[in-house]
Amino acid sequence: MEFLYTLIINIIKVAVVFGVTLLHVAYATYFERKVIGRMQCRLGPTEVGPMGLLQPFADMFKSLFKEDIIPTKADKAVFFIAPVIVLAPTMTSLSVIPFSEKFIIADINVGMLFILACASLSVYGIILAGWSSGSKYAFFGGIRSAAQVISYEIAMGISLASVFLMAGSVRLDEIVKAQYEYPLSMYAPHLIIGFVVFLIAAFAETNRTPFDLPEAETELVAGYLTEYSGFRYALFFLSEYVAMFIMSSIMTLCFFGGWTIPRFITDILPFLLYVPGIFWFLLKVYFFIFFYYWVRATVPRYRFDQLMKIGWKVLIPLSLFNLLLVAFVKRFVL
Amino acid sequence: MTTVEYFFIYFAVSMVFLSLLIITVKNPVHSILLMLVLFFHIAGLYLFLNAEFLAAVQVILYAGAILVLFLFVIMMLNLKEELVSHRFIGEWPVGVAIGLSISLFCIFAISHFQIKYEGNMTIEIIKTLTNTKALGKILYTEFLLPFEIASIILLIAIVGAIVLAKKEQS
Amino acid sequence: MIIVPPPFPNLTPFIPELIVLSVAMVLLLLEIWVKNRVFIAGICILTGFAVIYCLNMSIGITFNGMFINDIYSVLFKIIFMVCLILTVLISLNYIDREKPIRGEYYSLLLFATAGMMLMASAKDLMVLYLGLELMALSTYILAGIKTLNIKSNEAAIKYFMLGAFSSAFLLFGISMLYGLTATTDIYLIAERLKDTERSLPLILSMIMIVVAFSFKIAAAPFHMWSPDVYEGAPTSVTAFLSVGPKAAGFAVIGRVFYIAFEGIQPDWTTAFIIISVITMAIGNIVALAQTNIKRMLAYSSIAHAGYILIGIVTSTYESLQAVINYLMIYTFMNIGAFAIVILLDKGEEIQDYNGLSKHRPLVAAIMLLFMFSLVGIPPTAGFIAKFNLFVSAIHGGQIWLVVIAVIFSAVSAFYYLRVVMNMYMKDPLVEEHQIHLSPSLGFAIFITVVMVMVLGLFPSLII
Repeated sequence: MEFLYTLIINIIKVAVVFGVTLLHVAYATYFERKVIGRMQCRLGPTEVGPMGLLQPFADMFKSLFKEDIIPTKADKAVFFIAPVIVLAPTMTSLSVIPFSEKFIIADINVGMLFILACASLSVYGIILAGWSSGSKYAFFGGIRSAAQVISYEIAMGISLASVFLMAGSVRLDEIVKAQYEYPLSMYAPHLIIGFVVFLIAAFAETNRTPFDLPEAETELVAGYLTEYSGFRYALFFLSEYVAMFIMSSIMTLCFFGGWTIPRFITDILPFLLYVPGIFWFLLKVYFFIFFYYWVRATVPRYRFDQLMKIGWKVLIPLSLFNLLLVAFVKRFVL
Repeated sequence: MTTVEYFFIYFAVSMVFLSLLIITVKNPVHSILLMLVLFFHIAGLYLFLNAEFLAAVQVILYAGAILVLFLFVIMMLNLKEELVSHRFIGEWPVGVAIGLSISLFCIFAISHFQIKYEGNMTIEIIKTLTNTKALGKILYTEFLLPFEIASIILLIAIVGAIVLAKKEQS
Repeated sequence: MIIVPPPFPNLTPFIPELIVLSVAMVLLLLEIWVKNRVFIAGICILTGFAVIYCLNMSIGITFNGMFINDIYSVLFKIIFMVCLILTVLISLNYIDREKPIRGEYYSLLLFATAGMMLMASAKDLMVLYLGLELMALSTYILAGIKTLNIKSNEAAIKYFMLGAFSSAFLLFGISMLYGLTATTDIYLIAERLKDTERSLPLILSMIMIVVAFSFKIAAAPFHMWSPDVYEGAPTSVTAFLSVGPKAAGFAVIGRVFYIAFEGIQPDWTTAFIIISVITMAIGNIVALAQTNIKRMLAYSSIAHAGYILIGIVTSTYESLQAVINYLMIYTFMNIGAFAIVILLDKGEEIQDYNGLSKHRPLVAAIMLLFMFSLVGIPPTAGFIAKFNLFVSAIHGGQIWLVVIAVIFSAVSAFYYLRVVMNMYMKDPLVEEHQIHLSPSLGFAIFITVVMVMVLGLFPSLII
């Protein structure tokens, strides 16, 4: 009986997270177009619904009813499965993110590592999408993406290692709790180097501007997405936005105190303690998502060799230095 | 049999079949994909041992990094079909016979296996410590020397890759 | 959370390895700025001497009983150091001649040596395996370090593939052993196996480990890699490979089988007797058909592994001592022979030696000495080594094995002396035998000649 009970609870939790995520993705695209529109002195979508609010649904229906084109030279099985390989691990990593102190689908001991593992898997989908399309633009896109993601994953992992070192745990909730003890209730000021490295690497991990070389239009048409259309294209799109959400959540959880707010604020305004944690969590997450859009609207794209240089010659040494520094501080100062 | 045992049998059997598929499938990219699935199963097997850290690292490193590089190389070579060289596969019946006899012998030997001693790290200890902490503690105290040597081996691997692959400067 | 730092391990027994490893790492960086190879080689040689100096002072057990530095490992480490010093001496001029060889050469040599030292002092199977991998990985790279030479590439690939394969065997054997005893400590395994009866898994694990080590010492039927690797690798590396890793292989065979598998001694003795006979047969008979001197020396080194295995099989204190002596003398005579191959401008084919005595009588005489020593003709050191080994085997009761070994030694005389015959009795094919004599190479040849002579005439120096 108890087993059935937990099962049902878990299914409900999954359904809620899944639904909310889909809704989030729909409105994240709307939000993005509006924000970038404003930044570029345009209006963004206005036609469908009041203030264009129904635009995401219009886009969704469009992509659902589009013809699903499969190139002749494509490796069909791999071509079909590639978008799923991208989406599945990304969605799975949502299950270990603690949205608030109580709300987490799967509370596992190696939460952070699980997310890293999932993040490293979605690159397969991209490479295979590029390879299986049987077209050179798609192929180059896939290859670039593989090189990029592997290079930046190292910097990302090492900068997160400094967080693990500080918190003494790889459980996400323990990392958040450990942060609460610090003056600002967050690691970002203490691990500023690690945070900056992670922030940059997160852009590269999710293939967003200024590191969106796998899909650089001017060189590669649409990169690995070139041959995809309709629903499969939508799946890639979906996973990119979910990945953005996850990266923002990691930044929130590991560097910005997750669902907590700084203690000095609650000392002054104690009623804020009654606000549910998920509110603060989402506030921080959306700040980072806004940051993603902000960067997209302002920063031009890097060249591929520059990207590699930044990854290997700047970010990795910096993150290693940060790790050593943290280890030193933790051992001899704190 | 308990549920855990059923799961274990599933993992073990599918690992064997996946390994066979990997070496028999003709398209190298497909065989890499199968290898990816195999790595997942290995990670699953670690979970049976309460070694969640190893499972995660297995996926991050083997599936996420090493196999991607494999894929990278194979895609760069653009082998749609595996090269068939008679020299390597001409004597396959002999190879199969030897392989089968060795594995039969191994199976026969392992079926006589009797466990008499147990290690220090029991499941209870690992459950209370969590696998990550247990592993870290043992790695940096008892197995310090192997750990350090392993790091030197990795250094050699990097140096070797550069030495062998770097272009000559004229 | 309060972190209690673990006690710092006692580093004294580890000093020799520490010296080699740190020098190797410093050299990796130093090679970028220091273009003077003599300086770098000098550092390597000094390292060798420093280690020999430190060895006796650093006896003990450390790293939670994973690392042991006892007399046994000290003796092997002296062999490794001699091997390192001689290899560096013969490399110095040679790797400038073979242009594509890179600056990392010396540090890789040092890393390989460190791996061998770790193997010799491993008290735990984990350390043993990792030391073996450290040595193996460095030697794979060394074998393929002539990146533009296709034979060198072939050597590296073959060595790597088969080496990885043999490592898998070793790991499988170790995992079985761990399953039986729940430990990887060699001495603890021995203790626990005493209470366990002789079972099939134990035999299987023993066989796996025998196979893996036979790969490393290039004993037949696991010798297939060695002729190709010896031929393709740069000659100085071949000299190193034919001595160092082989000695390290025997060091771990001694430690693992004498101690961990003490309880099933009849089983592994049988396995090694078979391997030893096959090795001597294949090594000596196939060597007859070789036209390339590096391949011939490869098969000769396979044959020598067969002789040395007799000492392992006998498994008495005396025979183990004879094995160490043999390896020491073998180091001098084999590296000496390779030094002559390096000395000649064209010295890789056996017919290149035709009429060498007419143009270069001294070189021919030295080669003659090494060939005599490899056959085991008195008064060279090779005779003393073989004599000792066979006597100890007879004392240990392995008379038939000794008879076989003596027969095959006689066979071996044919191909060794063919080189001598070519040098002295045939007409030269070339106008002039070019040689590349440099001070370091000359010094290396001088040392080896002196040692082969002196140890042949005054064997009491090392016995």
